[in-house]
Amino acid sequence: MTVLDTPAWRPRTDAAPLMPDPEPFRLLGTPEAARLDPALLGELYGQLVRGRRYNRQATALTRQGRLAVYPSSTGQEACEVAAALALGAQDWLFPSYRDTLAVVARGVDPVEALTLLRGDWHTGYDPRATRVAPLSTPLSTQLPHAVGLAHAARVSGDDVVALAMVGDGGTSEGDFHEALNFAAVWHAPVVFLVQNNGFAISVPLAKQTAAPSLAHKAVGYGMPGRLVDGNDVAAVHQVLTEAVARARAGGGPTLVEAITYRVEAHTNADDATRYRTDDEVAAWQAHDPIALLERELAGRGLLDDALRQRAADEAEALAADLRTRMQEEPRLDPAELFAHVYAEPTQQLREQEAMLRAELEAEQQS
Amino acid sequence: MSAATPGVAARPAPAPAPPKPTTMAQALNQALRDAMAADRSVHVMGEDVGTLGGVFRITDGLAAEFGEDRCTDTPLAEAGILGTAVGMAMYGLRPVVEMQFDAFAYPAFEQLVSHVARMRNRTRGALPLPLTIRIPFGGGIGGVEHHSDSSEAYYLHTPGLHVVTPATVEDAYGLLRAAIASDDPVVFMEPKRLYWSKADWSAQEPAQVPPIGRAVVRRTGRSATLVTYGPSVPVCLEAAEAAKEEGWDLGVVDLRSLVPFDEETVAAAVRATGRAVVVHESSGFGGAGAEIAARITERCFHHLSAPVLRVAGFDIPYPPPMLERHHLPGVDRILDAVGRLQWEEA
Repeated sequence: MTVLDTPAWRPRTDAAPLMPDPEPFRLLGTPEAARLDPALLGELYGQLVRGRRYNRQATALTRQGRLAVYPSSTGQEACEVAAALALGAQDWLFPSYRDTLAVVARGVDPVEALTLLRGDWHTGYDPRATRVAPLSTPLSTQLPHAVGLAHAARVSGDDVVALAMVGDGGTSEGDFHEALNFAAVWHAPVVFLVQNNGFAISVPLAKQTAAPSLAHKAVGYGMPGRLVDGNDVAAVHQVLTEAVARARAGGGPTLVEAITYRVEAHTNADDATRYRTDDEVAAWQAHDPIALLERELAGRGLLDDALRQRAADEAEALAADLRTRMQEEPRLDPAELFAHVYAEPTQQLREQEAMLRAELEAEQQS
Repeated sequence: MSAATPGVAARPAPAPAPPKPTTMAQALNQALRDAMAADRSVHVMGEDVGTLGGVFRITDGLAAEFGEDRCTDTPLAEAGILGTAVGMAMYGLRPVVEMQFDAFAYPAFEQLVSHVARMRNRTRGALPLPLTIRIPFGGGIGGVEHHSDSSEAYYLHTPGLHVVTPATVEDAYGLLRAAIASDDPVVFMEPKRLYWSKADWSAQEPAQVPPIGRAVVRRTGRSATLVTYGPSVPVCLEAAEAAKEEGWDLGVVDLRSLVPFDEETVAAAVRATGRAVVVHESSGFGGAGAEIAARITERCFHHLSAPVLRVAGFDIPYPPPMLERHHLPGVDRILDAVGRLQWEEA
């Protein structure tokens, strides 16, 4: 018996239960899938088809000059949809910049969700009303926000879980580390979803980390890590639902790594042929989230024409609404540039606003 | 969602105690205690703020009085501290973050610039962040490297932040109460060499708390005006006293708030004398003094008898403690600058 054996200096946590399984968790195409609720599968299917169509329409809007940029989540729809559907109404979603689709699946207006990428303002929806944080362009900086919000809810005695989304590249950032550490120390009701889509713009995962998996990183913080097939929407939904339930029950945070693939380039401004092969993309398209679910539905005799048609109709309605409303010129008010800097504008801001107004009036008269 | 109660007065204030000798550190501690008592949404967080009461004892006794959920020892990670505080403020709490030292706050810079300063603007006012970030700053305490930076210029250059700094025991209390009550993020810079300065003082009613953004004339003068803030205020008052022997009657303006900047008070004080010297401890190049001097020139040009001069720290990394006295603006350097205000042409 030495001082090293006293409680203050002994490791407090048994690492084994925190370890992720060696293989990603899958449901679709496995015997366990038979237990999945057909209504849930139908809903997930509708959301995936809708999500794919939303990505395609938004990408088209960049070509028409209606969006400044769009980081597509094509191929990653299973993660986007499952993240939104795993949460209750009172919970909060903290998206990264590639997660517009999760924001829409959560119920935010599809045009308001694109305000940042259209460029008429930064955030178009009310985060408090929707319980969706602004899309975060800086990497991983939204993760400590999620931890702080979840912690605040817990100390306030409220039943609120935060789910924060980040990519594989984002796990290299310091804020990822600090957020996970704070979450574990505070036992905060938060779920971290890492979408490992293989690339941070052009840089592959092998240049990003030497960890056994990104899910393994959880162990060092003292929280469980889960590894899941990110294109298996039923699996992602189940893992996230369990993690949310665990957080809600006071079990603390979970790190989920979903292995998926960014089928499109980083954004419409990127050329992915410079850093990956068509064969690789094709291999992943053979493991497409919609195709995987369709196979499952078909195998159980659930994929009838009615389901297909309803999903396609809903997707087209969403796309048509997006097209129509995005053709409208956004409302722009230059004076608003000064309206939200502080609760009350400073004297200097009032003077600058007056200067801008005068310039605009002169412009109109000339 | 639990709605936070903004503002201060939630319970009746106790009868004011008679004034007694009080340090700035004690007044700051009292401000935190009173704010926490008045508003349950006020949470104090940072490194060593709980059991220890902070390395400068500013949070002394708060964890014992309000519990560790409201005065929280965090992991040692400034970006994480400020980042989680952002989330807490998003939920409706009113976090008061302590950065242990000026130079230890830099890891939190991205959270401050990219989120704290912008969240209200980003969300069209839907998500204001009522956050106070306390930063002990400045030199003169014999600190080794990274313990004496004057970092205010980084913050005042960032739209969306308020930047305030007290120079007196009374203002330490009042400005901190005002910062915590503010619905905007406030970088609250505490001149650490004034922590042990004393005054006869008792806590004010919240109603008497000075609003953020008002400078105060500490001394009226007829010869020239010293414009300063924070740790340099007592130095300037000492210089003004010493200047009497030279036949100069110097005024001293204590800005108290760098953002918002009180141009009216400064301009009126400078117009009254026609000469101005801006004094601060941080490096001069690109510092607060450059902005202040430019604004004085723009506002008061026809009243000026001499160019506005600056007395600032040298443009060097903060020196080791055994050399810092050469770096810090002192009475002699201030009086030398006053002497260069073109008196021969008057």
